[in-house]
Amino acid sequence: MIHFDNVSKRYPGGHTGLAGVSFRIEPGEMVFLTGHSGAGKSTLLKLIGLLERSSGGQVHVNDRNLTRLKNSQIPYHRREVGMIFQDHRLLNDRTVFDNVALPLVVSGMGYKETSRRVHAALDKVGLLNKEKAAPITLSGGEQQRVGIARAVVSKPPLVLADEPTGNLDPKLSQEIMELFGWFNQVGVTLLIATHDLELISRMDKRILTLSNGQLVQDTWETQ
Amino acid sequence: MSKGRNNAMRRRPGFRPDIWLQRHLQVALASLGRLTNTPLGTLMTAAVIGIALALPIGLHVLLNNLQNVSGGWESGASISLFLKQEISDKQATALSKKLRLHQRIESIQVIPKASAMAEFRRLSGFGDALEALDSNPLPALLVILPKSDYSTPETAQLLVRELGLLPEADIVQLDLQWVRRLQAITEIAQRAVLVLATLLGLAVLLIIGNTIRLEIQNRHAEIEITKLIGATNGFIRRPFLYTGLWYGLFGGIIAWLLVAISILLISGPVAQLAMLYQSAFDLSSLDITTTLLLLTGSAGLGLLGSWIAVGRHLSAIEPS
Repeated sequence: MIHFDNVSKRYPGGHTGLAGVSFRIEPGEMVFLTGHSGAGKSTLLKLIGLLERSSGGQVHVNDRNLTRLKNSQIPYHRREVGMIFQDHRLLNDRTVFDNVALPLVVSGMGYKETSRRVHAALDKVGLLNKEKAAPITLSGGEQQRVGIARAVVSKPPLVLADEPTGNLDPKLSQEIMELFGWFNQVGVTLLIATHDLELISRMDKRILTLSNGQLVQDTWETQ
Repeated sequence: MSKGRNNAMRRRPGFRPDIWLQRHLQVALASLGRLTNTPLGTLMTAAVIGIALALPIGLHVLLNNLQNVSGGWESGASISLFLKQEISDKQATALSKKLRLHQRIESIQVIPKASAMAEFRRLSGFGDALEALDSNPLPALLVILPKSDYSTPETAQLLVRELGLLPEADIVQLDLQWVRRLQAITEIAQRAVLVLATLLGLAVLLIIGNTIRLEIQNRHAEIEITKLIGATNGFIRRPFLYTGLWYGLFGGIIAWLLVAISILLISGPVAQLAMLYQSAFDLSSLDITTTLLLLTGSAGLGLLGSWIAVGRHLSAIEPS
């Protein structure tokens, strides 16, 4: 599903985001990405969602070589990658329903099918009764679940999450992780960046550890 | 690589005209709704556009009216054929009977020496001086109205030349000089209006471009998020283009109203003036063609202005 081959990312000004990172994630895996702040977790996720392009090496996602993907093809790539952010990135002037529907609207789906899928996604994250609410009126945990519903509503094969539990208390974090576990069980590949080591140690999943832009540990390989 | 591209193609949803139309309608109405959410701001922007467009359109309508009037004068031009002094009224009448058979002449009015004298006395104010004369120095005059096919300046000129060859003729006058001068001035004015329209059209482009630029700035976060979710540039561009279209259309409607009201306001005095000239001239307002042209033109300007702004500013916004 994801294949990094000696990938590096240097920013203008000399800062190094990633340096020679190689790994492979198979379809259906659920993988945690960890490391100190500034280790390159976000950079790695951005390269997969093509928010940024690598400076060296090859990135393959879903059998697609991102290094060679044209800019005009980026939207179609992003539709196959659900993205979840620490700050949720919701549209505050629209209802929960409209926020979750956005990926389907963007890809030109008809209203009936959109409505059906949005309700299914909201039901899954337990917010069906909040569909008409404005995101700003929801709690942090609820807003994050809206973000998750939006990321999975178009049924992408791959979901990325950048510190999804960063602002949540342990109980809510646990709930979010259980939700991710459920998505993984129905076949979604997940890559979750987090520094909450205690939380991920309980999940018994593969962990990639980054330090200073380099991959220093992959629990899959050490097992 | 090729496999990856095939994958992208396969997953791309097929084109559905009904959904496409539905989306466009939705976006058009949504951007309209967004504009009506801030009625005062929208009205002010549209009013600026309206005033900018009303100026050239109003001048255009006035010039059209002026041309209608002067066109009437020209086609009604008659030829004054002054006969030689020694030709008597009787001979003049005989000549008029002969000329009436001419294929290019519609009608002839004979003004005998005596009535020419009477008219001159009445209009010139030289009445007392004329008393001193022992004989009437004025010639008989034939006022000739050419047939409508021959009443353009060029053909009328031919007739003038022909009449000038008559042995009885002294002076033949086709007094079109001042009508022509007026026309030349009108043409210059038209050119000036065209230049003005171009400049103000440019101003409208800038107004709309700037408004859309601010709108893009205000919705920066929204654009970023929609791009993150996989929106194409076309999808993001659409609401802004419709916003520009609406601004242009509203501006056009305001311009139309301004011109219509202005014409209504001056039509009273104009009718009075026309009455003084014994003319039934009626100030014409905007006709359907001009109205349609104004509205499509203003909407087009709005679309173009937003297109330029969107093209410049949208690509600068990329999610991070």
